[in-house]
Order: sequence, then structure tokens, then C-alpha cells
Amino acid sequence: MVTEKDVEHIAELADIGINTGELDTFTHQFNAILDYFDVLDQVKGDTKVTRDLTNIMREDIVEPSLPRDEVLKNAAAQEDGFIKAPRVM
Amino acid sequence: MESYELTFEPDDRYNAFLAVCKKAPYGKGKLSGIAVAVKDNISTRGIETTCGSKILKGYIPPYDAHVVELLRNSGAAIVGKTNMDEFGMGTTTENSAFGPTLNPCDTGRVPGGSSGGSAAAVASNMVPMALGTDTGGSIRCPAAFCGIVGLKPTYGRVSRFGLIAYSNSLEQIGPMGQTVSDISTLMQVIAGKDRKDSTSYDRPYTHTPVADIKGLKIGIPGEYFGEGVDPKVAGVVKTAIDRLEELGATTVPCSIPSMKFALAAYYVTCTCEASSNLARFDGVRYGPGADPKKSWHEAYKEVRRAGFGTEVRRRIMLGTFALSSGYYGKYYAKAQVARENVKADFARIFSEVDLIAGPTMPSIAFKLGEKSDPLSMYLSDILTVPANLAGIPAISVPCGKAEGMPVGLQIMGRSFDDERVIDAAYAYEQAVN
Repeated sequence: MVTEKDVEHIAELADIGINTGELDTFTHQFNAILDYFDVLDQVKGDTKVTRDLTNIMREDIVEPSLPRDEVLKNAAAQEDGFIKAPRVM
Repeated sequence: MESYELTFEPDDRYNAFLAVCKKAPYGKGKLSGIAVAVKDNISTRGIETTCGSKILKGYIPPYDAHVVELLRNSGAAIVGKTNMDEFGMGTTTENSAFGPTLNPCDTGRVPGGSSGGSAAAVASNMVPMALGTDTGGSIRCPAAFCGIVGLKPTYGRVSRFGLIAYSNSLEQIGPMGQTVSDISTLMQVIAGKDRKDSTSYDRPYTHTPVADIKGLKIGIPGEYFGEGVDPKVAGVVKTAIDRLEELGATTVPCSIPSMKFALAAYYVTCTCEASSNLARFDGVRYGPGADPKKSWHEAYKEVRRAGFGTEVRRRIMLGTFALSSGYYGKYYAKAQVARENVKADFARIFSEVDLIAGPTMPSIAFKLGEKSDPLSMYLSDILTVPANLAGIPAISVPCGKAEGMPVGLQIMGRSFDDERVIDAAYAYEQAVN
């Protein structure tokens, strides 16, 4: 059972942004979905995940990359050839 | 060299396209001058690619996805980008930020999803073939609902380089078309090893379909005709399976006990992967832009609240929750065990049969707005997700109608047996047309 407080906390962890008006609906839906997920409690065994491909490597050789101006074209804010981002600290 | 030009001005009354290339360049080759539509989560150099999301509105990829490069090299004319549920999250195409696509067979109904735009573009004859992507049924569901053919290839058969990822371990790019031959032709172009996708295999597709299924053994899982499956749909599919028997195949009943856990395992896995994959949408490198005067978290939250639709935010939060401290063992770890059990069930069945057949979807296309509750929408993926969990190839081929709407016959095969799956669909198609 998750509460509105839990949903607010998850939204915070996920940086998703949530309006107080949405909390009730999301909480309600999460509980229905998580109830359904509870079927997984009955899963037996501990089979390890198997993969037939491992560690695909290539030689560490510099290859051409996209031109800087092409990449910058999609950034909304830029300065001196760099992408401008909000401050982290 | 793309030295020719195809004029493409479709009457897009179904809202199948998000972007149209009125003058589509093309070159010489196997697909020379053929109009191909591409789902909007596959990168196309110089053509806006939004994944059906506001957060990517205006994004023009600086490079082509590997499959798009292959299409261009084979002479195809990329005529547009098709509508989809935002980032592939949905079963109806109603989750697009740019309005739903309508089903050409009945405009009061959804085309299925998430590759609904591609399916509608093919079904309404705007293009003969299209690319879709299938994470939990997103090619096969709209193919079934719109009455066309769609293949989810074996995981690793087609490069995912340039596909804007939602759930990497499940999704595959695949062909959608009016006929099984179209599917086969597209596979000849798009399958094979790509060094830029380390999960791709050196298994090119060079096959031409053969309408012969004599002597093949086909498993019919009881779970595909049980609770939750519309009896009318089940009836149409049973008639189609009788037809396969008349063509010389034998059928045997089989069972996939792990189906009980498949849908939960699928949704836990895909939401967890989505919560990680979609973290890259911060509005900074592409997208609407984040306010540089605000702090990172504040600006980031604002961009994502405004840019993502409700279903995308719901899945990111569900995945974040399932991976959060204290819950990992209960959800993600259990889902991976369940996934291995699904694989083991298929391995056991395929040691005795060549193919598995059943309905693609448990119902006909929903009415617009019918699936407003997220869990009830998730439940409609029950017959398609097992193939994604196991990585096996699965095709949906039209097999008749229920209540006037198309029904899809789903045929699944062993990993890398895409050719046999295509042959069986081809044999059925040739027999009924």
C-alpha cells in the first residue's frame, strides 16, 4: 500500500514534477498496479539471467564523431560552443 | 546516392503521420522509389523525431538510425514519421502528445499501439510498408487491430542503433506491411549485425517466403484461449488454425504456466528500464530548454512535468519505485526470475513443436477512450509480452473479422527462426487470399 506521501517521495526521486491535484489519482492507480505486481511473490526458484553475448569490445581507436555545430543545433541554450545547463550546485 | 524524388502528399485523415516529407529523396536499389513510413522513435537525419512527446518537439536528429541508413541505401523513400504512444508507452496510440491516430477500419476505434501511426498508414494504403517497434506487442497489436501484417523479429536480429530507447532488453525494430512478402522484403534490408549495437547478431535475412508448412508441428497454448480472451476472437483464430492443419501442419495442445507471471514481469522490467532510459530527457541537450537561472533539480522537474504525458510520468515513477531501496528484491529481481521461467517454458515447448500459434490480441480494437484505466490497458498486452520476454520472433497476420473488425493470428517461433515464422504466415495468407 503506497500513500500520497510515498508518491510525492517517488516523484522527488525521479525528478518528475507533480501537481498536488494529481497525487490522489496516481496513488490510487499505483496501488491497483502494485497489487497486480504482487503475483510475483509466488514466483518460485532463483534462475539466474542467462545471456549468450558478453563484453562486446572494439579497439580503443578514435573515430570521427558528429560535428559540434550539428550537435549544438538541438540545444536551446548555448554559449561559446558549449551547451548551457542549469547550475548543479 | 539519393538522386530521385518522390512526391508524397497523402490525405492523412487518420492522423497517422507526425511529419511528412512532401519531396522524399530516394536512390537505386531493392526498394527504389518505394514509400516507407518510419515510426517516430526511430532517428531520421534532418527529419523531426519526437517519439510522440512534447519533450522532443522540434528535435532534429543529426544522424540516421542504422535501419534508416539501410533503407536509404536500398533506395527507399522515407516519406514521413508516424504517430505513436509517447515513447512507445501504450496500446492505443491515444497517449501521443499530438492526438490519437484513428483506426482506418472504424474511425471510432483506436488503431492499437504503440506503432498505431505506422499501422494506419499501411492499412489506409498511404504507404505499402512501414517500420514499427515492438517492446511488448507494439508492432503486432496495431497490425492485428488494423488488419495488416507485422513482425517482431528475434531480439538482436535488427540493430537498435538510433532507436530512442525505452526498454532496451525487450524492444526490437520490425517491419509492418500489407502482405507477408512485404515483411520479408523489409527484413532482407534491415536485418543483420551492426557494430554500433552490441546486442545485434550476425544473422542477416536472405530468405524468400515459401508457402509450405507440411509436416510442421504447431503448439496451441491453452492460455491463449482462456480467461480474458474474447470468445469471438478465439473462434476466428481457431478457424485459422484449422486452416493451418488443412495445409499439412499438425497441431498439439501445450501450456505456458509462466504466463501467470508474464505481464507483471514485463511491466516491472519495462518501467524499471524506462525510469533509467528517460532520465536523459532534461531539456538541455535537446528539447524545450531548461531555465538556466534555476537550480538543476528545480529546472529539471519543471521541464519533465511540462514535457512528459501522464502515462510516461506514471511509468517513470513506477520504475523508480520498483528499483528503490527495499523493493528491488520484491519487484525487479522476481521479474527477472519470472522472465527466465517464460524463456524456459518456450524452450521446453519448442523442443517438441516448430511453432506456436494463437490470437495476437485478446479482443478487437477498443473504442476511443475505452481504456482510460492504466491497469486495464496493461492487461490487454498479455498475449504479446511473452515473445518479448523470451526474445523470440512473433508475427501477426490478418485471419478474419469479429464484429466487422480485423483479428490477428499470432505465430511465434524459436529464436532466429524468423524465416519459418514468415513462411507459416505466408502459407496461411496465400491459402486464404
